[in-house]
Amino acid sequence: MGEDFKPTIIGFVCNWCTYAGADLAGTSRLEYPANIRLIRLPCSGRIDPLFIFRAFLQGADGVLVSGCHPGDCHYTTGNYYAKRRLAIIKRLLEYIGLEPGRLRLEWISASEGQRFADVCKEFTARIKELGPQRRLRQRTAGE
Amino acid sequence: MARIGVFVCWCGVNIAGTVDVERVAEEAEEKISNVVYATDYKYMCSDPGQQIIVEAIKDHRLTGVVVASCSPRMHEVTFQKACLTGGLNPYCMEMANIREQDSWVHKDREEATAKALELIRMKVAKVSKLEPLFPIRVPVTKRALVIGGGVAGIQAALDIADANQEVVLVEKEPSIGGHMAQLDETFPTLDCSQCILTPKMVQVAQHERIKLYSYAEVESVSGYVGNFVVRISKNPRGVDTEKCTGCGVCVERCPVKKIPSEFNAGIGSRSAIYIPFPQAVPNWPVIDQEYCTYYKKKKCGLCQKECAAGAVIFDTEPEFIEEAVGTIVVATGYDPWEPVAYGEYGYGIYPDVVTSLQFERMTSASGPTSGVLKRPSDGEVPREVAFIQCVGSRDNVKGYPYCSRICCMYTAKHAIIARHKAGAQSYVFYIDVRAGGKGYEEFIRRAQEEDGARYIRGKVSRVYQDGKKLIVRGEDTLLGRPVELRVDMVVLASAVKAKSDAGKLARKLNIAYDQYEFYTEAHPKLRPVDTNCAGIFLAGTCQAPKDIPDTVSQASAAASKALAILSAQELTREPLISVVDPLKCNACFSCREVCTFNAIEEETLRSGKKVSKVNPGLCLGCGACVSACRNGALSLKGFTDDQIYAEVNAI
Repeated sequence: MGEDFKPTIIGFVCNWCTYAGADLAGTSRLEYPANIRLIRLPCSGRIDPLFIFRAFLQGADGVLVSGCHPGDCHYTTGNYYAKRRLAIIKRLLEYIGLEPGRLRLEWISASEGQRFADVCKEFTARIKELGPQRRLRQRTAGE
Repeated sequence: MARIGVFVCWCGVNIAGTVDVERVAEEAEEKISNVVYATDYKYMCSDPGQQIIVEAIKDHRLTGVVVASCSPRMHEVTFQKACLTGGLNPYCMEMANIREQDSWVHKDREEATAKALELIRMKVAKVSKLEPLFPIRVPVTKRALVIGGGVAGIQAALDIADANQEVVLVEKEPSIGGHMAQLDETFPTLDCSQCILTPKMVQVAQHERIKLYSYAEVESVSGYVGNFVVRISKNPRGVDTEKCTGCGVCVERCPVKKIPSEFNAGIGSRSAIYIPFPQAVPNWPVIDQEYCTYYKKKKCGLCQKECAAGAVIFDTEPEFIEEAVGTIVVATGYDPWEPVAYGEYGYGIYPDVVTSLQFERMTSASGPTSGVLKRPSDGEVPREVAFIQCVGSRDNVKGYPYCSRICCMYTAKHAIIARHKAGAQSYVFYIDVRAGGKGYEEFIRRAQEEDGARYIRGKVSRVYQDGKKLIVRGEDTLLGRPVELRVDMVVLASAVKAKSDAGKLARKLNIAYDQYEFYTEAHPKLRPVDTNCAGIFLAGTCQAPKDIPDTVSQASAAASKALAILSAQELTREPLISVVDPLKCNACFSCREVCTFNAIEEETLRSGKKVSKVNPGLCLGCGACVSACRNGALSLKGFTDDQIYAEVNAI
């Protein structure tokens, strides 16, 4: 795989912490690779495991799940549910032959713009190493 | 068929400098399905910009709008209003964040432009699935509940009542007043605590819009913002408050006298039937069933015989009352920590080692010594007093890691009072002196310079008795030398801790609390009196240790928040909440388990089938229940599975 591989990364993020953290990265003009697209949800507890599988089926090369730090959830406990669900999904992904490194869970608060940018950089680099995700991607007509 | 309009903002050069906005608008109209109109403008948020949206909605009969501009956290409300003006339901609008999450963080023009288009594509897909929503309206019961009758509760109750709203005030103790009533003088002005508090207590009792339940507790709370139902249990007082005249003959005649007085922090005594303190409000006596001979052995009954009004009734059963309220202010206060973990300080062993609250009672004119400072052991006036600060505060091992915030100041006050009332020399062992507050630093200096308090930086390692004296051993960390003092009394500035039953009440109210059981505010800076439960507010030390000025400020803040609810004809709430499809629900109630807000209720359909139901007054729209539902019976408006899948599918 060449240098021109541009991974697609989907981020399922909560509105209160990580989405605001991403906004802060913007306000602070912290540059990071343009591969990530965020889907804003009220809370990481809203993340249905099937969202993640759907993203991989749609050809995402990596999926980031991010919410408030433990104890900081706007809705008190939503991020704990996300954490538990993610733990199981990760094992299932491994079982069906997808590199577990393609799914990443990070707690990023509204004040951690730098951390958001760093996570995006690191994760994009990691996905580039892993290469395109073909395991779950539904074949398009051309392939 | 959805007809979506896309509005791309330049934001001056903020977006247009990196993203080719004109190309984005062109391609959006050409390439993205459902888009019937797309345009770009310099500042979409400006009046002419909004006008473009308003016109386009009418001209192109739009069913949905995507504004590609800044973060929705910035201008979502602005564009929702523009949609409303154009005749489109405001919840049929989404924003593609191409500024904070695109043009400001990417440099490559091609990449940023491509990403902008993709973000718009995702939002168009979502907007195509959006449905019109309408704000939820809930009626309001125009009455507030204040839990706790300390200075915080008193202030909150008076503020609400003075604003022409009704208040129900519930106090657990026989009298209102809280810890402030126990204090002698207050820092930094040295005005008499009771002199400033008791008029407020009387105001509460006499206020026509305040209903006071003393010696009563909140048993349970149901309902939601605007419509709470509170069950209050009135503890059996032993006295018929309708008949009692408050003459106090019963208290005088009671033969059981040697009970440690709670009001005097254990250093004075009271009888089994007692009035907590002379200025108590309400001023009715209460019988302590634990000590009263009649309750224990069905003998004595002297108070009943002596009562001319026939008010002593020896009742045993609590009385339950239900009150409907629209909002709740929690002002339950704190407990002083018993410094038993510090065995080396000899608390509980040497009678002359006392806590600050006990010292407070010793110097108070209403205390057991009528304000004359005497040592508990032999009644002599102490010549030298050592004060040890941070007993239980800032101590991860034996106490609590937090700072109790008031101890530095009241210790300086005690040092001053010890000099004023007994001519005593004070020694203060401290870690740091924290005197942030109006006139506070000056007050510390006053203790040191005018009243000769000697401040020694360092912790005390041991206190022991030598004859009539107490030996205090410690280290002066500024001089790096051990110190040994011979003093007559030792006062421990023990930590402020959460009420022992704080967690229990929090679970009844469904509000959050931290690991020390202080109640958690909704946001540490911007919502310091709100809780995570709509309509419930915090005041005073139940939230964190604080002094009287801060407590009173917070109480007034909580009152103003409560009044905002009470002054509304009806409450409107964002409609982005969960709903249950009763046809799909199989009543497993997994949703109820994950809901932190008790918003899931049980409903029986006409067919007899049980299903879950979301209470729109309580649901905050986090969506945890939706992803927990195995049947897909729940959906979160504005974030339905369909809408999120549409967004994912657009990648």
